[in-house]
Amino acid sequence: MSQFRSVNHPVRRVDAYEKVTGRAKYAADLRFDGMVWGKVLRSRYPHARIRSINAEKARSLPGVLAVLTAQDVPGAKTFGIVVPNQYLLADDRVRYLGDGVALVAAETESIAQAALALIEVEYEELPGVFDPLAALEKGAPTLHAEAPDNLAVHHHVQKGDLAAGMAEADLVLEREYRTQFIEHAYIEPEAVLALPTHPFGHYLTIYGSFQNIYNIRRSVAKVLALPLNRVRLVQATLGGSFGGKDEVMHAMAGRAALLAQATGRPVKMVNSREESILESYKRHPYILRYQAGVKKDGTISAMKIEVYADAGAYASMTPFVTWRSVVQATGPYQVPHVRTDIYGVYTNNTYTGAMRGFGSPQVCFANESFMDEIALELGMDPIEFRMKNALVDGSVTATGQVLNRHRVSLKEVLSQALEAVQYQDKVREYRRFNETNAEKKRGIGVAVSYRGVSLGGEGTDAAGAYVSVQQDGSVIIHSGLVEMGQGLRTIYTQIVAEELGISADRIVFLDTDTSVNLDSGPTVASRSTIMGGSAMKDAAGRLRLTIHGVAADKLEVAQDDLTGEAGIIYSRNNPEKKITFEEAVRHTALRGLRLTELGWYQGPKVSWDEEHGQGDAYFTYVYAANVAEVEVDAETGQVEVLRFTAAHDVGRAINPENVRGQIYGGVAMALGYGLLEEVEMDKGVTRNLNFDEYFVATTMDVPDIQAIIVENPDEFGPYGAKSVGEPTLEIGAPAIANAIAFATGKRLRELPMDLERVLLGHSLRERRTKRGSVER
Amino acid sequence: MKSTPLRLRVNGKTIETMVEPNQRLLDFLRDELRLTGVKEGCGVGECGACTVIMNGQAVNSCLVLVGQANGADVLTVEGLAEDGELSPLQQSFIDHGAVHCGFCTPGMVMSAQALLMKNPKPSRSEIKTALSGNLCRCTGYQQIVAAVEGVIKKVGADSAK
Repeated sequence: MSQFRSVNHPVRRVDAYEKVTGRAKYAADLRFDGMVWGKVLRSRYPHARIRSINAEKARSLPGVLAVLTAQDVPGAKTFGIVVPNQYLLADDRVRYLGDGVALVAAETESIAQAALALIEVEYEELPGVFDPLAALEKGAPTLHAEAPDNLAVHHHVQKGDLAAGMAEADLVLEREYRTQFIEHAYIEPEAVLALPTHPFGHYLTIYGSFQNIYNIRRSVAKVLALPLNRVRLVQATLGGSFGGKDEVMHAMAGRAALLAQATGRPVKMVNSREESILESYKRHPYILRYQAGVKKDGTISAMKIEVYADAGAYASMTPFVTWRSVVQATGPYQVPHVRTDIYGVYTNNTYTGAMRGFGSPQVCFANESFMDEIALELGMDPIEFRMKNALVDGSVTATGQVLNRHRVSLKEVLSQALEAVQYQDKVREYRRFNETNAEKKRGIGVAVSYRGVSLGGEGTDAAGAYVSVQQDGSVIIHSGLVEMGQGLRTIYTQIVAEELGISADRIVFLDTDTSVNLDSGPTVASRSTIMGGSAMKDAAGRLRLTIHGVAADKLEVAQDDLTGEAGIIYSRNNPEKKITFEEAVRHTALRGLRLTELGWYQGPKVSWDEEHGQGDAYFTYVYAANVAEVEVDAETGQVEVLRFTAAHDVGRAINPENVRGQIYGGVAMALGYGLLEEVEMDKGVTRNLNFDEYFVATTMDVPDIQAIIVENPDEFGPYGAKSVGEPTLEIGAPAIANAIAFATGKRLRELPMDLERVLLGHSLRERRTKRGSVER
Repeated sequence: MKSTPLRLRVNGKTIETMVEPNQRLLDFLRDELRLTGVKEGCGVGECGACTVIMNGQAVNSCLVLVGQANGADVLTVEGLAEDGELSPLQQSFIDHGAVHCGFCTPGMVMSAQALLMKNPKPSRSEIKTALSGNLCRCTGYQQIVAAVEGVIKKVGADSAK
């Protein structure tokens, strides 16, 4: 039996009732009296100078209330969290096709749409650059004055003596891998509703599909030239985000707010799917050049890695995404000599930023494919090769960090995954199958990873929590970290229920509102359980002390003898001595004691020396092993994933059903990454703008997934919990690639591994700029 | 111009009104009837978020002009629960952790409901086929398929009592 009452149990999601009945309000479901519609005119070219904008005809269309351009932005013209180089509205230049040029507010959506067509923009097309390697060449067109070489960022890791390490090697292998643009494909397109400042009011309210509410508020305040306390963001129920509803929402919220101020009316903006895919940022495509020196016995002696990331038109999160890549690029292995360089490069493609995985899926694909390739060259079993080089307790990472504060469970997760699939039996079975079958080939592939938890050396890492016990014993909680489908509200509810010894249904989670919640940084980096969960535990734990103090008084027992369970506080030594939680709360209130607490948790110290490329990058790590089993149709190149097994050390599963859900969802997304998905950019023009051409995995694509939860409690997490959101998708693609190589004998080094690449080794599709339903 | 008369049943209620002939059933349900449980995810019939049941068939309401629904019997997610009591399918979605961000949920539930109306004991592969037009980016579908299987088992067990 679990030592816990609420935590570590599959408690039902607290937000499920509203969602399953259709009552939950997402941003596009909101409406206010007097509401009008906002629309954005976007660029016609991926790179151009704007010579003039004439909005007279649009303004005179009946029903149009406002047409705004860059000159109407009262505050800063640009926003951005790391490098503020993205324009709310293009001033004299557009740098990618999704750039906003003008805004319209009108009485109806169709009038607003019609008005867009009446805005006359005179462009002077500029030569563009659409490939990161070309962008680094001398004389390439440039995008930003502050980056004359188009370099958005360069990070490196330097450990040991690379030349010496390579010299020690018996085998030096070099390979290049490539990954693609990926769309978040949250099923809910972006939406906001901005209310203007009331004539006698003091603040502006914006409802929306927001992920990182404080970052978005910062940008809105900046472009409107308002202090933070006069901009209030309220998160509507969020229909998926995966890292995606951040910068694109800075722009949308800022634009809607601008229109609301200009018209004095509530302004609603909702992206169509096409607008969403056109404007929103993507997961970075990487070009990854891996070189490794390996000894005959299978020991890796050195690795040299060079990576080029397509940042697209703006910095967005590229500096942080690439930093995680550089830290984790060698994978979970002991490598004595390392040199890794990563370059984030501006191009006129759609900008790239945060997406689930955040720089790991690319390096995991390369590194875990590479490990199989090295093992094959050595004539070694890929599992044996991994086990030989795996990080263990006390190992030193590529960044020089000694892993001695948590259980390094890489071998444990790998062993559990292999045992669950009966790996060696499957290897023999599929070999036999392949000997006797010409049309179908089967394969099994493995991939492993380690992943730094939370933000690491990216920056300040702290989170808060609000827990308030009402006089009747019911509880209100809220958080500055947000629910986006991952289950945060349920996890926090369980933690508070555990601490207070009450059932989860006595707790209500209040809506997310920047003017009420504690700024807890962004809901990213799989940090909400470990950071916000720790803050919840802090607040609820202090309330327990207060309430139990009063209960101890009443019961005349020592306070540390008390425990709470199912709404009863009782003495461990003499369970007859008991008081209901409500009664104890009533007495606490009568004594005038505080029944509301703010919790806070500051992440443990991390370090990063950018100059030397070394540091204790993250305060703890999680470990994962995935196994894919595939069948390849030798005649069509179609890959069917037969089964998928994913073992994840999550520290402690606060909610096992939720952890499994994260694993299933991550695996499905990884399968899409590996086999189906690619946003095709043709010289900066997005070719596939909707789900008829951008393929998200369906029920028919996703196999039965076996989720294995491994628990090695961590000293820094609440009840030992670490994280699960992102690790679940970072190694699916290489596991599938390795399984395909097993099946076909062919190594695919480019994603996605679609029919043509599997069958022919390259893509057949010609690049074109027209698509079926949208002409440009 | 609301020039076209329309008469249909939505969630058991008869509605008679004038509509714009070019309006989509999706917009009629969301904007006129305020049934915002019906979601728009793609507008081209690929994601299934707008799925409703029309005359017993699961349809993408973004692909149906409201005039085509004249005389029809339409059921949306709002029509499933009776007096606040969840339908067995809705309850099963909750019990199996099948609801994550929830945006695909109404459409997913309606596709599953349409399947169960026609085929009370579908196989796992029939369930997957019936839900193949509904995209979900959160769940990987496993808990959703389990939720539909769960309600079949539960209903089976209840009726055996």
